[in-house]
Amino acid sequence: MRTIQTNNITETIKEMCIEANYFLTEDMKHRLDASYQTETDPLGRQILSKLQENLEIAAKDLIPICQDTGMTVVFMEIGQDVHFEGGDLNEAIQEGVRRGYREGYLRKSVVSDPIIRENSGDNTPAVIHYDIVPGDRVKITVAPKGFGSESMSRIFMLKPADGIEGVKNAILTAVRDAGPNACPPMVIGVGIGGTFEKAALLSKKALTRDTSVPAEKSWAKELEEEMLAAINELMIGPAGLGGNTTAFAVNVETYATHIAGLPVAVNICCHVNRHSTRTI
Amino acid sequence: MERYLKVPFQPEELKTMKAGDFVYITGTIYTARDAAHKRMEETLQRGEELPFPIDGSVIYYLGPSPAREGQVIGSAGPTTSGRMDKYTPRLLDLGLKGMIGKGKRSAEVRDAMIRNGAVYFAAIGGAGALLSKCITASEIIAYEDLGTEAIRKLTVKDLPVIVVMDPEGNCLYK
Ligand code: SF4
Repeated sequence: MRTIQTNNITETIKEMCIEANYFLTEDMKHRLDASYQTETDPLGRQILSKLQENLEIAAKDLIPICQDTGMTVVFMEIGQDVHFEGGDLNEAIQEGVRRGYREGYLRKSVVSDPIIRENSGDNTPAVIHYDIVPGDRVKITVAPKGFGSESMSRIFMLKPADGIEGVKNAILTAVRDAGPNACPPMVIGVGIGGTFEKAALLSKKALTRDTSVPAEKSWAKELEEEMLAAINELMIGPAGLGGNTTAFAVNVETYATHIAGLPVAVNICCHVNRHSTRTI
Repeated sequence: MERYLKVPFQPEELKTMKAGDFVYITGTIYTARDAAHKRMEETLQRGEELPFPIDGSVIYYLGPSPAREGQVIGSAGPTTSGRMDKYTPRLLDLGLKGMIGKGKRSAEVRDAMIRNGAVYFAAIGGAGALLSKCITASEIIAYEDLGTEAIRKLTVKDLPVIVVMDPEGNCLYK
């Protein structure tokens, strides 16, 4: 049994909210730099170079990469031998978000009720997903999610007979409909299998995976490569103004499913694909 | 074509703007997004005055992040314009001449733009740090309780935008 103080969780979450909104992960920067070399459209190249400049300014002058600093999604992988001390874990996470968004000059983009729509004032509540895993560590991933791209995400409850072709169609349909709204170049998280909610969760998790690491299953890896090429052929381009850089990566996650179904969730993210991971 | 323009735009400048032009905007513009548009619509329904002179104006669909001490504004990129489509034709008919945002517009907005000779620009989505550098002054002028969604009067210098829909209704998006 290992004891972790919940104020340690608060402090960690606070730092991660700030870090994620000011600095992208290395793989995302590499994707941007590489696409600048391969983009064929002059306006597309101009936009990609502005995005590079934007990342530099964000880091140097401490201005969030994007003004939509997102609704905060938190993945908690908790080792089953961990014991939390010092109060409510859930509240400790929310307090971390609250402090991170205040001290990090991040935008408060959350309304407390979807219909009444009053801003909660501190970006809480975060959306928290808990997983219990073996061991005595806690792995935390904080992923602030902007809604220009979130709003273009889709779920498709396909039939088994639709097969892999159905999956490809679903991905391309979602990306085509997202177009300029999702601030391309996009990153596409795809969840295949499970139930309705499991597919959605997988697709969100897929976005937090390093884009230089392919899916484990060979068919899923091939699907990632084929879809990235097909999406770039749509020529939506940077900012949706044309060009062959429509997406930086397609990340696929899979799970077992029911004999009668083939759920496919497509979680669309913009080029500001933010996530920060730490283990304590 | 690259061009440097001042707000308010001159009638002949508006007429010659073409989808695909890269424009650097200088002058006074106003921010408004979802909640501010809803309030402006309610204001008009009550027959009252809008919080800023709409005739000849340019609206930037923006909800910035908070400014640090010493900064004019925080991150300041565009939000998705389509959510404002419901309210936009009425504002265009009242003289709104330019909109800055990202993403596609409805057929109703396009018709109202053609009818009134207005232009729709895209700013680069997700480049809020870079775009904030073009804003030299920012002041909340209405709906302060809306936080980031309040209406701000901005002074901008060479704000880089791209004409996506020109006053003839030509659109750069596929
Ligand atoms: S979709 Fe992404 S890049 Fe675009 S405004 Fe939203 S968070 Fe920013």
